Amino acid sequence: MKGDVIVEVRGVTKSYGGRAVLHGVDFDVLRGKTNVIIGPSGSGKSVMMRQLIRLEEPDGGQILFDGVDIAHAKGKALSALRRRFGMVFQHSALFDFMNVFDNVAFPLREHTKLSRAEIRDRVFHRLETLGIADAAYKMPPELSGGMQRRVAVARALVLETELVVYDEPTTGLDPLTTRTVDELILEAGERFGLTSVVISHDMASVFRIADTVTVLHFGHVIASTTPDRIMDEVTDEVREFILASGVSPTSVMRGRASSRDEGP
Amino acid sequence: MAEAERTSTQIRTWLTSVLTEAARLVLTPFAEIGTLYKMLVSAVFAIFRPPFRVGNYVAAIEFVGIGSIFIVSLTGFFTGAVLGLQLVENFRKVGLENQTSAVVGFGLARELGPVFTALMVSSRAGSAMAAQLGSMRVSSQIDALKTMAVHPIQYLVSPRLVAGLVTVPILTAIFNVVAVFGAWLVSVKMLALDSGIFLDNLKQQLQPEDITHGLVKASVFGVAVCLIACRQGYHTSGGAEGVGRATNRAVVHSAIAILALDYVLTALSLGQGLF
Repeated sequence: MKGDVIVEVRGVTKSYGGRAVLHGVDFDVLRGKTNVIIGPSGSGKSVMMRQLIRLEEPDGGQILFDGVDIAHAKGKALSALRRRFGMVFQHSALFDFMNVFDNVAFPLREHTKLSRAEIRDRVFHRLETLGIADAAYKMPPELSGGMQRRVAVARALVLETELVVYDEPTTGLDPLTTRTVDELILEAGERFGLTSVVISHDMASVFRIADTVTVLHFGHVIASTTPDRIMDEVTDEVREFILASGVSPTSVMRGRASSRDEGP
Repeated sequence: MAEAERTSTQIRTWLTSVLTEAARLVLTPFAEIGTLYKMLVSAVFAIFRPPFRVGNYVAAIEFVGIGSIFIVSLTGFFTGAVLGLQLVENFRKVGLENQTSAVVGFGLARELGPVFTALMVSSRAGSAMAAQLGSMRVSSQIDALKTMAVHPIQYLVSPRLVAGLVTVPILTAIFNVVAVFGAWLVSVKMLALDSGIFLDNLKQQLQPEDITHGLVKASVFGVAVCLIACRQGYHTSGGAEGVGRATNRAVVHSAIAILALDYVLTALSLGQGLF
């Protein structure tokens, strides 16, 4: 797998109470691509995500974001790095004491010196791009799951971020909304030139959006490749996990290719 | 032989589990105090570090202070009223009923005012704080703050501690005034005590240091209540059930802390040893 690398994960280890969860994880995140991390439950995906965005400090190894080690960055250096990426949490994690507008404006108010009018313009531009401008003054609990994901994406993108990490973005959504969220991830990536890292175990979703797939199994990376080659590179156990979802990678990717050819 | 060995293993296992549980019981309070201390230090340093989010402080003061005025006043009124009722009735038997206001004033200013106010703030605002922070924790909102390069302790905890420090003494003052009014109402209007004597005795017997002592205590209780609530909420785990547990613990731990701190501060102020 070749390409311009934005994040290099090298030998990352993490243990909890003496139990090793990540055993020297290595993989690359390619710039401008949708990089998906998959694996069965308990494989260490969520733990890896928490190290990647530095919610936790790894016990060992490096996570180089454009050459700067985020795994051991501290203080202002860490804050500066964090402003370069956005995060969309599993259940959106919108601040439920703020309306949609304030949620999206939050990073701008915290990290820029923009005037109120500029913030308003920037927020509404993002909301309009994502088709949720009408919901600007609603509170998060009033929104559907799909709408909440859109707001979370708007919040993650409002600071002109370079990389967005999505943690299980389609969990708990119906198939139609899942497809919409998948399209949103692809659309956001293409429109804003973003790098996306998606943690998922929804195989249909994975094969629809992935440019690269990294497979984690019991804390080891057992494959990091393109979706069309994934079935050849994984162990029988993981192949079984993929096939158990009832999804054939080739058919999903064929569907994706044809829908892209047809255009919006 | 095998039977004896099995019994011995069972006894060893039982002893180990009893000792482990005993050690846990002894060490848990120390670990808790350590966690609270760490959060307190982090929150205090964060107060003086930019960015200064004045709006958060105003919102926290409004929530803890203004939101508690009614419940604190109501509690104060009934506390004063019941004190008046008890003291006048019982002091009358020994001819000391004119001292009612002095005892009420002294007791309220030094002990009952700060303690009752802090208990009410803990039940109303502390529980809500723990629930809000707990819910933010389990729904990853606190993680979201971190990923947006916002210091969660500075954003969430520091304003609440300042709110406790500032508002609980003011609420205590309100509690005391309303309680004295309640005692006056019952003593003078119901039990026919002379109003002039009631107020004169109160003025003569109550010293400024009694009031200061009470207000200092109230500040300490205010910080303790908010700190405990924030700690319980901030470190919540286990979903909705965890939020319920955190809320419950916030109120129980706060009540214990208020009473324990009251004893310590009183003993220190009287120049006595703790025990």
